[in-house]
Amino acid sequence: MSEAPPLTEFRDEIRAWLEANAPASLRGTSPCGPFDGYWGGKKHPPVDPDVLRWRDLCLERGLTAPTWPKAYGGAGLDRDHAVVFYEELRAMGLPRPVVGFGFAMIGPTLLEFGNEAQKREHLPRICAGEIRWCQGYSEPNAGSDLANVQMRAVRDGDHFVVDGQKVWTSHADKSDWIFCLVRTDPTAKKQRGISFLLVDMDTPGVTPREIELISGSSPFCETFFEGVRVPLGNVVGEVNSGWTVAKALLGHERSMIGQSIGRAPGSGQRELVAKARHHLGAAEGPLPDPLLRDAIAHNGMDEEAFQLTLARLAQTREAGASPGSESSILKIAATEMKQRRYTLGMRIAGEEGLGWTDDGFDAQDVDFTRGWLRSRANTIEGGSSEIQLNIIAKRVLGLPDGK
Amino acid sequence: MASEDSPLWMLLDEGQQMLASTAAQFLSKSAPVGRLRELPRAPGADGFSRALWAEMAELGWLGLQIPEAHGGLGLGFFDLAIVLEASGQTLMPEPFVSTLLLGAQALLLGGTDAQRARYLPGVADGSRLLALAYDERGMRGDLSRLRASATREADGFTLRGVKPHALDAHVADAIVVAARVEPGDAIGLFIVPRDAAGLAIEREQRMDLLNAATVRLDAVRVGEDAVVGPLETSEALLSAVLDRARIGLSAQMLGAMERAFEMTVAYLKERVQFGVPIGSFQALQHRAARLFIEIALARSSVLAAARAVDDRPAEVPRLAALAKAKCGEAFWQVAAEAIQMHGGIGMTAEHDIGFYFKRAQAAEVMFGDGATQRRRWAEACGY
Ligand SMILES: Cc1cc2nc3c(=O)[nH]c(=O)nc-3n(C[C@H](O)[C@H](O)[C@H](O)COP(=O)(O)OP(=O)(O)OC[C@H]3O[C@@H](n4cnc5c(N)ncnc54)[C@H](O)[C@@H]3O)c2cc1C
Repeated sequence: MSEAPPLTEFRDEIRAWLEANAPASLRGTSPCGPFDGYWGGKKHPPVDPDVLRWRDLCLERGLTAPTWPKAYGGAGLDRDHAVVFYEELRAMGLPRPVVGFGFAMIGPTLLEFGNEAQKREHLPRICAGEIRWCQGYSEPNAGSDLANVQMRAVRDGDHFVVDGQKVWTSHADKSDWIFCLVRTDPTAKKQRGISFLLVDMDTPGVTPREIELISGSSPFCETFFEGVRVPLGNVVGEVNSGWTVAKALLGHERSMIGQSIGRAPGSGQRELVAKARHHLGAAEGPLPDPLLRDAIAHNGMDEEAFQLTLARLAQTREAGASPGSESSILKIAATEMKQRRYTLGMRIAGEEGLGWTDDGFDAQDVDFTRGWLRSRANTIEGGSSEIQLNIIAKRVLGLPDGK
Repeated sequence: MASEDSPLWMLLDEGQQMLASTAAQFLSKSAPVGRLRELPRAPGADGFSRALWAEMAELGWLGLQIPEAHGGLGLGFFDLAIVLEASGQTLMPEPFVSTLLLGAQALLLGGTDAQRARYLPGVADGSRLLALAYDERGMRGDLSRLRASATREADGFTLRGVKPHALDAHVADAIVVAARVEPGDAIGLFIVPRDAAGLAIEREQRMDLLNAATVRLDAVRVGEDAVVGPLETSEALLSAVLDRARIGLSAQMLGAMERAFEMTVAYLKERVQFGVPIGSFQALQHRAARLFIEIALARSSVLAAARAVDDRPAEVPRLAALAKAKCGEAFWQVAAEAIQMHGGIGMTAEHDIGFYFKRAQAAEVMFGDGATQRRRWAEACGY
């Protein structure tokens, strides 16, 4: 890590490298968020060759996972250098070379809790975008109350045999591997009997089935496990202490969701203003509808206050202090702000926002409407708003538990 | 990256952290909120403590941002905002906004050398108080509706008009008055000594226990040397002064909402009903958690706006609107919830929390309410 050049030099170097190498067709196409890019995996539909060329270019330098150790395919950079890299990508509108739950969730978790064999097996393949991962946490009776997972894993020689059901498994049908919480000791108290297990989706007995969302897309599945044999070596951490691993991973998940919403400053407001200009037919000057203008300003202010808070926490970290209690507000503030922005966009679009396909509607409006529908999930997934409020009330404000 | 694009620095350095904690400690002790009950009733009351004001001058707080040449410490507006936040915690009615924000900022931004030399050292050492009289009944901050007049004479101007609700005008040694110059249409600022002939000042009684007065100008004569800022630019000067007042007041609001929230969380832990502390009820926990979020967002807005005054003047109008609107909403919400969560005791004059609710309403409407700030914000953002 110490070999990395000082930040300004590094920035110049990266910029020059990008200018010289990044595929022209990808420039200016992406907000560079944690969901915008190549998800990889063996089941990925055919993809633009430039996307693969871009992945290869970065992979060669370890830049698909800039902060991971070189031994596992990363670039061994520290956080500040990685931030510079992403800032430069964003400045050129380039997507991240590889995205997904492998890179954002299970990778960092394996770095912390995985054994050497697990790291060597999985991390390089995540860096290359070769394997796509999905998350098998939720079950029909274990949502917010995640520690109530019931899917059984029973030991049989050097394997576990897994039976049960996961639900809301995002992209299970497109994934190659799944990380699961399974119950390995049904007699222990809730959190105690859970193990963290890596399962190859191609193992006989694993069956994902699509679930359609209100937005019309089917990004997630219910996933059934019947007599699925998984090698003992696929347990991350100790058997029956998977809960610790599970919680660490949830931290990575929240930060991914937070990042996906912390976009370029002011971009949400610009989008709304453009939408209002389009739908109200007011190309310039003050918007003719003062109530709408007020609502957009309200949302724009919320956006700026949120961006400033993100920046303040980053500065606190930069200054070597711990950001403390305020980071716990980010998930809820970000997701609710995003929902209010979508809701306002729908108000601006009026009846033009009622399209389901582009028969009779603008494709852009239809996309927005589907995005609006999808945004309702933001306050449920990754720990619902109510759960976040519980955390703030108890851990930050120190309010007592109920009887 | 260009420095203009990087976010404003919002952290306090070591010295500033020290200032913040010293100020908070000193003021909690010497200016507890409960004294608001006594202050206005004391005989010959000014409505604030001159002794305390002098003590703060000794500590250097009144001259923090005033240049050394004029007896101050020559620090930034950000430093002043730190003291303002602390003063807000106990809702101090001392003349911070009138003297340090409105009056002193007008002179700092637009005063002549002679005006600064005459007034600023006294502001820094606590011996002089200033006020600004600009708004009029029905005007609601809209300068196009300002009616007070300044008639041009051979050797100066004659001022006429009525200005209600001018903060601390009852004690100010000099009042900066906004009036429309005749002939012409420009708005000018004029600094008027309190003993000027034709100037009448009538003390008002406010529910929020800030102090203010109605200023009547009945043919008050002032010389050319009373003009603050060249007449051609005084309207811009007035906006700049008001923006700084918005940011400074927001810092006070931030301190106030933080304190009201602290008191409420403490009460949630202490008050027992149904055999448990009421803070164990999830309905209340979630509302308290939401207030916590709003305060954190308001805090970032205030710190960024205060820093912009020192570092990025071009962003001040937009960020002043942001800070004022966010703090207005958050403070009001915190104070209203604070009363609700205190139950009956929160409604009594004997309890301090009610002071916060009254001040929240006052602060929300001063220097333009939330809707006004959002209009200014939209203008600054080009829509
Ligand atoms: C789009 C989407 C993608 C997802 N992707 C995945 C995935 O890839 N992998 C995966 O494992 N899971 C995934 N999830 C599942 C997600 O984590 C759960 O939906 C979430 O944890 C909530 O659980 P639940 O749906 O069972 O709701 P419930 O827990 O039943 O909650 C119902 C309601 O009750 C409230 N509630 C519950 N407990 C409390 C409490 N203690 N106090 C107050 N209110 C409470 C909740 O906030 C909610 O409003 C996804 C969900 C969505 C919507």
